[in-house]
Amino acid sequence: MENINNISKENPVLQLKEVSVSYSPGSFAVNRVTADIYPNTITAIMGPSGCGKSTLLRAINRMHDLYPHIKTTGEIFLKGRNILAMDPMEVRRMAGMVFQQPNPFPTMSIYDNVLAGYTLNGIRLKKSEKEEIVAQSLQSVGLWGEVKDVMTKRGSFLSGGQQQRLCIARALALNPEVLLMDEPTSALDPISTNKIEELLLQLQKDFTIIIVTHNMSQAARISDKSMFMYLGELVEHGNTTQMFTKPRNKRTEEYLTGVFG
Amino acid sequence: MKDKIFRILLFAAALAILFLSAGIIYALVNRSLEVFGEYGIWGFVANAEWDPRPVTEEYGAFSFIMGTFYTAFFSLLLCIPFALSVALLNGEYFRGSKLSSFVRSIVDLLAGIPSIVYGLWGFYTVRPIIIEMGINAQGFGIFLSSVVLAIMIIPYASSLSTEFLSMVPNKLKEGAYSLGATRLEVVRHINLPTAASGILASFILALGRALGETMAVTMLIGNTNKIPQGLRDTGNTMASVIANQFGEADGLKLSALIAIGLLLFIITALINLVAKMVMKKLARV
Repeated sequence: MENINNISKENPVLQLKEVSVSYSPGSFAVNRVTADIYPNTITAIMGPSGCGKSTLLRAINRMHDLYPHIKTTGEIFLKGRNILAMDPMEVRRMAGMVFQQPNPFPTMSIYDNVLAGYTLNGIRLKKSEKEEIVAQSLQSVGLWGEVKDVMTKRGSFLSGGQQQRLCIARALALNPEVLLMDEPTSALDPISTNKIEELLLQLQKDFTIIIVTHNMSQAARISDKSMFMYLGELVEHGNTTQMFTKPRNKRTEEYLTGVFG
Repeated sequence: MKDKIFRILLFAAALAILFLSAGIIYALVNRSLEVFGEYGIWGFVANAEWDPRPVTEEYGAFSFIMGTFYTAFFSLLLCIPFALSVALLNGEYFRGSKLSSFVRSIVDLLAGIPSIVYGLWGFYTVRPIIIEMGINAQGFGIFLSSVVLAIMIIPYASSLSTEFLSMVPNKLKEGAYSLGATRLEVVRHINLPTAASGILASFILALGRALGETMAVTMLIGNTNKIPQGLRDTGNTMASVIANQFGEADGLKLSALIAIGLLLFIITALINLVAKMVMKKLARV
């Protein structure tokens, strides 16, 4: 057994081994995906609609457990621990998630939204700790300057792009091992999208990011590694530059050149 | 041409309803004038004395206003835990399941039972239990009618609350789960606060029902014309005193009963207005 404390930069932070997800017996939305994700990388998961990319992402923080008919099999190791054998609540605190639609909690202020991960889990913090977490999280998403004077306003008071950055801050506040993003810019305008992309490149210094995207140029702009999925299978996984210039698989090439999608 | 006729018919129907409502209000106000003229509006509303004996004749509505508020609020209080549980069961925990549709149809059934049947049940089944419990000797009173009333308004409070709870967007719940929250924490911090104004509105509407409920209350409250001294005491609500006494009333007494009806109408209308305003505020969020 590997020692959890000895994980170096070279060891993958996340390992998927033969991961399958099925919505109904006998059919697989994700079919035996094996992949290693290394620390401080941005991995883009691409593929046509219905290829299972979001399904795979949601398996990593056990979101599928919310729906009893969805079955996940295989092994997923996060920092060396098999998350499918862990308490899902703990897994979700370790794997932060940002959704397609910005979803700040409308009944909470901006301040409380950032701390939602703590309040929802019943973790009590001192006021000074709270303020530090809020300031740090909002600074890391570049929202601090914009909202520091309107902290008591509701999260829904912000623009769409700001809301999405608030949701990223909310996930970062729990200091997750990996940040899972499910098409985080598909509901945003180009300027907000641009801001989020720049933000992800900065966050890469401290976090490991996996982003599902429909947008191939986005994948090319921000990711180090790319995964191409088709019909639930992982067709190709490698360096983004290599995949975009010399794809190994014919299906990847066809997708990237727009033959289907 | 047909279109035009249809439109005129619709317009006429709407107008008819308008005139009808105006007519009811006019009749109530008109027949109340006698008692208001005798004591003044405030003198009638704030007076707790109700004495129909010909020589000492004196009429005030205050005892019945108090009786109404006692029963309505106590029954609302009793119904909250049950209605909220049913709403959470149907709107969140077992949403869309067979159990939920079963519970829903049972609750709908409760709404369909005629008031007089509740009254009979309360009289012959609940009243002996209340006597057994030693709450009061006869069983009749605010307590008995509130218990039965609470059961009667559960469907109204719960069905609307269920709607508002099931309308809480899935993306908010998933957002909370993704931060490691348990189901109970999601319900407490996300579902309930998000649906709060809707739940409040549905309880206000249920209160409106409780205020006006007549038959069962008349059978169970004990029909005494005084301010109830607590939950164990007997009394009369505005609705029950009308139901109980309109048959042998004439002159000033009849006018007093109609004035009570007018007051009840105004209070219920105000309650419904408040509920609508709360819901409108909710729709804007």
